[in-house]
Amino acid sequence: MNKTILDLWVGLFVIVGFAALLFLTLKVGSMNTVNRSDSYEVTARFENIGGLKTRAPVKIAGVVVGRVADVRLDNETYEAAVTLRLDKRYAFPKDTSAAIMTSGLLGEQYIGLEAGGDSEKLKDKDRVLITQDAVVLENLIGQFLYGKAQEGAPQ
Amino acid sequence: MLKQAIENLGDRTMQGVWRIGFAARFFVAILLHSGTAFRRFGLTIREMYFTGVLSLIIILVSGLFVGMVLGLQGYETLQTYGAEESLGVLVALSLVRELGPVVAALLFASRAGSAITAEIGLMKATEQLSAMEMMAVDPIARVVAPRFWAGVISMPLLAALFSAMGILGGYLVGVQLIGVDEGAFWSQMQSAVDFEQDILNGVIKSGVFGIAITTIALFEGYDAPPTAEGVSGATTRTVVTSSLAVLALDFVLTAFMFRGLS
Repeated sequence: MNKTILDLWVGLFVIVGFAALLFLTLKVGSMNTVNRSDSYEVTARFENIGGLKTRAPVKIAGVVVGRVADVRLDNETYEAAVTLRLDKRYAFPKDTSAAIMTSGLLGEQYIGLEAGGDSEKLKDKDRVLITQDAVVLENLIGQFLYGKAQEGAPQ
Repeated sequence: MLKQAIENLGDRTMQGVWRIGFAARFFVAILLHSGTAFRRFGLTIREMYFTGVLSLIIILVSGLFVGMVLGLQGYETLQTYGAEESLGVLVALSLVRELGPVVAALLFASRAGSAITAEIGLMKATEQLSAMEMMAVDPIARVVAPRFWAGVISMPLLAALFSAMGILGGYLVGVQLIGVDEGAFWSQMQSAVDFEQDILNGVIKSGVFGIAITTIALFEGYDAPPTAEGVSGATTRTVVTSSLAVLALDFVLTAFMFRGLS
């Protein structure tokens, strides 16, 4: 076969292959992984994190501003220590609160932030002090039943 | 009788060990003699035409159909949970992580791997390789290494094309045919598919598969008995061994890559 035609075909093949990779990167995936370089880490402690996993989104007002970087147990207080990696573009007041929420009824769990009013901002390695645990459905049902039973009990 | 059986077992073990050793030395020899494949890149480009470009049709068409089937089947299942908007996530993740690299590698093994083995085996049977050695041309550098690098370069590109076509097929069936919401299809896919964790790992997988398939194909061809029967047997062995190698390697790689995810 003619060498130039062969070169042309292989060149086309390589271009189309890289175009497919580009398509996968830009259209299918997203480059919104928060890098170590343009992010900062804060910790938060929860008594119960429910089904929260690493890489779960951190949202404020519904916008993803970071990811859960690490989940571990503090062996002294028996609390879950959660490390959040937040995008450097966003700064939050020092008294921002963090709550574990569920998207939809059975969806994945994420951390919802709620901004406070402090004029100082959260910095790297800071700790979010106000936290709200995950809602465990079984406990909720238990409480409901207990309340019902109390209602019906003779005074 | 018993002595015969033990002797047979010993002989097969020895041969197996010898072949593994030979394959390892062969792989190292390819890497050491790769200089020519890059200095005279025309040789590699020529082989990329045969292994890459000519595999395009089968890869693109099967990718499209696999994606379309994923769209149909995924919709059927997701619909029962009222989660048909997640169809994009299902199609994209299964293609990018697993089906793209693995199915493309299996197709590549049977389409290009068998051709490589048959070609090298026939070259050996017709004593072309010996003739090259007589002319002081190293057959590993001139014949084997360019085919190796052509396969290793082509495989990730083919896998990426397979995944892209599959996602397109899933889109055609899911959005255009069934009527899943287009915005939800793409945006949920984008929020679920991660570049490093999913796409890059898929590319690494297909690169490893490319190395495995081409090494096995080249080795079987180089090691084939120089008869018609020997070449046909070697071709069969290439397809069987490299398909098994791809599936086994896929398990090992997946265990390493996605261990921390669950």
